[in-house]
Amino acid sequence: MHNYLHIENARMVFDTKKGKFTALTDINLTVKQGEFIALIGHSGCGKSTLLNLVAGLTEPTDGILLLSEREISGPGPERAVVFQNHSLLPWLTCFGNVHLAVERVFGAKENKARLKERTQAALELVGLAHAMHKHPNEISGGMKQRVGIARALAMEPKVLLLDEPFGALDALTRAGLQDELMRIVQETHATTLMVTHDVDEAVLLSDRIVMMTNGPAATIGEILEVGLPRPRDRLKLAENPAYHHLRGQVLEFLYQKHMKKAA
Amino acid sequence: MSAVTINESSLKDIMSQPDTVSASAAPVETPAQVVTQPRPTPFFQTERGQALLESAGNVFRAVLPPAIGLALFVLLWQIVSSSGGEQGLPGPAKTWESAQVLFADPFYDNGPNDKGIGWNILHSLYRVGAGFGLAALVGIPLGFMIGRFRFLAGMTSPIISLLRPVSPLAWLPIGLYVFKETEPASLWVIFISSIWPIILNTAAGVSRVPQDYLNVARVLNLSEWKIFTRILFPSVLPHLMTGIRLSMGVAWLVIVAAEMLTGGTGLGFWVWDEWNNLNVEHILIAIFIVGIVGLLLEQSLMLIAKRFNYE
Repeated sequence: MHNYLHIENARMVFDTKKGKFTALTDINLTVKQGEFIALIGHSGCGKSTLLNLVAGLTEPTDGILLLSEREISGPGPERAVVFQNHSLLPWLTCFGNVHLAVERVFGAKENKARLKERTQAALELVGLAHAMHKHPNEISGGMKQRVGIARALAMEPKVLLLDEPFGALDALTRAGLQDELMRIVQETHATTLMVTHDVDEAVLLSDRIVMMTNGPAATIGEILEVGLPRPRDRLKLAENPAYHHLRGQVLEFLYQKHMKKAA
Repeated sequence: MSAVTINESSLKDIMSQPDTVSASAAPVETPAQVVTQPRPTPFFQTERGQALLESAGNVFRAVLPPAIGLALFVLLWQIVSSSGGEQGLPGPAKTWESAQVLFADPFYDNGPNDKGIGWNILHSLYRVGAGFGLAALVGIPLGFMIGRFRFLAGMTSPIISLLRPVSPLAWLPIGLYVFKETEPASLWVIFISSIWPIILNTAAGVSRVPQDYLNVARVLNLSEWKIFTRILFPSVLPHLMTGIRLSMGVAWLVIVAAEMLTGGTGLGFWVWDEWNNLNVEHILIAIFIVGIVGLLLEQSLMLIAKRFNYE
């Protein structure tokens, strides 16, 4: 396991109408290949901004971001993003949405039959083979989010970036998708960066939890190692004292050390 | 004795109470079954009957107000026409008779100034189609570029703001002067008056493509062409359809006026020709035709637009 994703002294300043706004400062983080990182913090702390930096959707004001020793400049399919609001194209079917990504990444090297296979395999991986030919407006929110995950996974990215992927879902759907994501990550060994504000989700899914301080000028406050053995089972973890200890540590960070002032 | 009997009867009451309770508890279910099963429910109380009643009511509610409105309109027309006496407007009956004669042979051709009503309608439709088609051909790409490139938007916005409010017929002399002929001049008027809604709606649609979709395009690193065909175009299509609908409406409004001035063929020409002949029934019929054709154009475009609504 070598250092894979490397962020050094990243700083992000936005130009707003009220002048300059420093969103992030002094961000230093190294992620190993195959590691699952959760970014947690209060809303507005810039965790999505950090994800967008890794995605290349925004460029840092200062600092360097490296992925396998190459500088990240601009977005690219080797860093697939699962967006918070699924961002499926409504005029394409589920198949079409995934296929668009598959075609882009593998279209130059592989024939049409193989591209179709890849698309179907990705949809099967998230358990949506049956809804392949439906349009996004015909399926539920949880299914849409699964198509978004399938689209990202189908690209066989070096890094999978998840921006609060389950935030808009109800608790039951969320739990189901978390289990599914855990299984998929286990199978594909994807290096994953996930933004969340759900403490249980962070402890359940990740190898390390990156806890961010409040903005403006937010930075990484603490990094917590989650040593829980895999595969993890949410029911068994509920009785595991280590799990509760970790959970308590994250809660303590969020609600005692860095309580967000009520707006 | 009497006291005993009272005691006995009251005792019986007390003793029989549990019986009466159990007796009344059991039959509660049985009479209900007895009543509902053998006697058939009236049709309008069954689910199907209720649904039928409801849909009939809906149709009634949907059809009745327009029907009353139209009937009142015809009545008003009749009152206006009969109050004018001999010189008054032709009434509905007279107009209807005249329309029947007119539509009995819609496609006769007795030389340049005497053609059937069908020909006139087709000529007007052709001009609208051609002028509007040219407007779409120029306006859609222009709208896309204006929406995509802010610089171009800044460049064109003063010109568009200046020219858009100009009355369509003011462009006719320019067309006549440049083309020296009436036919291209009337196409020109349609073109210039219907191009603005297409440009503006397309540009607005392009600038309102959700950032989410563009982020998907950026993460996938799609080529400009793929962005256009897979994301920009489908996303703009509903706005584009609105532009086309508005343009078509304007074009159809303008054509009658333009043809009145240019003459030759078409509904507008026909209206003016019949005015010169003092055939007022035909003018009234023309007004109905213009209205009905415009309505049909609008409705068919609405149907197409529905096809592209993804929400």
